[in-house]
Amino acid sequence: MKYSIAFRTIVFKEIRRFTRIWPQTLLPPAITTSLYFLIFGTLIGERIGDIKGASYMTYIVPGVILMSVISHSYANVVSSFYSTKFQKHIEEILVAPVPNWVILAGYVCGGVARGLLVGMVVTSISLLFTEIPVNNIWIALAVVLLTSTLFALAGFINAVFADSFDAISIIPNFVLTPLSYLGGVFYSVSMLPEIWQKISLGNPILYMINAFRYGLIGITDVDIQFAFAITGGFILLLIIFNLYLLHKGVGIKN
Amino acid sequence: MKALSIRNLRKTYKGGFEALKGIALDVEEGDFFALLGPNGAGKSTAIGIICSLVNKTSGSIKVFDADLNKDRELVKSYIGLVPQEINFNQFETVEDILLNQAGYYGISRKKAKHRTEICLKQMQLWDRRNTVSRRLSGGMKRRLMIARALVHSPRLLILDEPTAGVDIEIRRSMWEQMREVNAQGTTIILTTHYLEEAENLCRNIAIIDHGNIVENSKMSSLLARLNVDYFVLDLAESIAMVPEIPGFSLELEEDRLLNVAVPKDQSLNQLFQELSKNNIQVLSMKNKSNRLEQLFMDLVTQNQTTHVHS
Repeated sequence: MKYSIAFRTIVFKEIRRFTRIWPQTLLPPAITTSLYFLIFGTLIGERIGDIKGASYMTYIVPGVILMSVISHSYANVVSSFYSTKFQKHIEEILVAPVPNWVILAGYVCGGVARGLLVGMVVTSISLLFTEIPVNNIWIALAVVLLTSTLFALAGFINAVFADSFDAISIIPNFVLTPLSYLGGVFYSVSMLPEIWQKISLGNPILYMINAFRYGLIGITDVDIQFAFAITGGFILLLIIFNLYLLHKGVGIKN
Repeated sequence: MKALSIRNLRKTYKGGFEALKGIALDVEEGDFFALLGPNGAGKSTAIGIICSLVNKTSGSIKVFDADLNKDRELVKSYIGLVPQEINFNQFETVEDILLNQAGYYGISRKKAKHRTEICLKQMQLWDRRNTVSRRLSGGMKRRLMIARALVHSPRLLILDEPTAGVDIEIRRSMWEQMREVNAQGTTIILTTHYLEEAENLCRNIAIIDHGNIVENSKMSSLLARLNVDYFVLDLAESIAMVPEIPGFSLELEEDRLLNVAVPKDQSLNQLFQELSKNNIQVLSMKNKSNRLEQLFMDLVTQNQTTHVHS
């Protein structure tokens, strides 16, 4: 393929970047999730009992894995692309014959690579605490891949508009983290009062977490096909929006 | 063939500032071309548009007959840019910076390694290939940017103030490297504030000011237009009064430094005879300013006057 070398260059550069700084990128999720499993799963979970036939520890594992995938796919693209803008070495790519879709694909794949690697680290840690009965591996893999892609795309938009390092932490702190926690990571929405159940259905992360939970342990609060449709729809929307931003040069061309 | 052909290029920034007011410019293949102008004249905007870093408002740009509007990727593949500001990843090694850049241009890893070695050796950075770029000296960083711009063997190399902030020794060695690159067939466009640099290296010149090209000619014919030379004379003793010598303009700069304007049709012998008659002993003399600098100032001042009156 004509642009395969340029694409590979961006992806490998991204992978080298986050593996070079592994104490910042790979170690923290390992520690954080260990604490989640220890505190929520083991200490508190034993008192909560089963949810829909699964132990509390087993129930929260898919959500905790996907929450890490979401935050790290997003964080990788937003921090890397913003730094590239900030240090002006985005110009290295802009002056080269690399089409916008290759730039976007390269950075998004870099984000997905980090998301998946973090997902594997968290999965490995969860196996120290509980067994994961895999219900449908293909659904689980498809969900994790699509979710990671979606949030890498969202991170790219954040990086394009960001004009300071503060601006790249606002969305993760004030939007992504609350939506993840309220997306049914630690509970089933059926446990909520009816009004909060309806409000929760407006949270797209709820669908992804439940679809992933279905793939791993066969339990879900939502329709799986609808969850795939929502994720796919958002991906398409964000790809179009990102390509429009790159075409216009928003945030990267004077 | 023309390496670069610009027609009616305009750029108006948000807020209404008109950085380029319909400029036209031609650069022949193989040329070493100077694009000069004061700060804010529009040089960097023009370069930014040619290199796809800035969106133009209107106009056309062709690089080796490829139209930027229609064949943007082909145009990009022809150009190597050395920007004004350091813009490589400060956390990557020298070698990785060049290998990545080659990758963006679609060069295979094997060929990229070969080209990287050639370019780093040419810029005397090969022994620094494993050094993290932020640890390089200022001069090395500048040379690294030239090496990076050359890694894909561009036909047109654009140097935007490549020697800014480096000492004279390094600057002169960089001149030799740039001459060598040009001798190998690469067309070079140079912007610089060191007019001595432009005079030494370039064969053709354009001066841009307030978004307009105010001069575009051969360097030699431009310099030939200069009809006055300016000298500074170092006197043996201080003088109480500046003598009046017909045909020459004299002015005391300091206690024992005398500025003299010598028209081309006047003989220096006559000047010294008149000074001797006035008992003024000259110990040494030097050119007051670079010749091109004088012309540059004349042209820009003239344009600014027109700009104010229009």
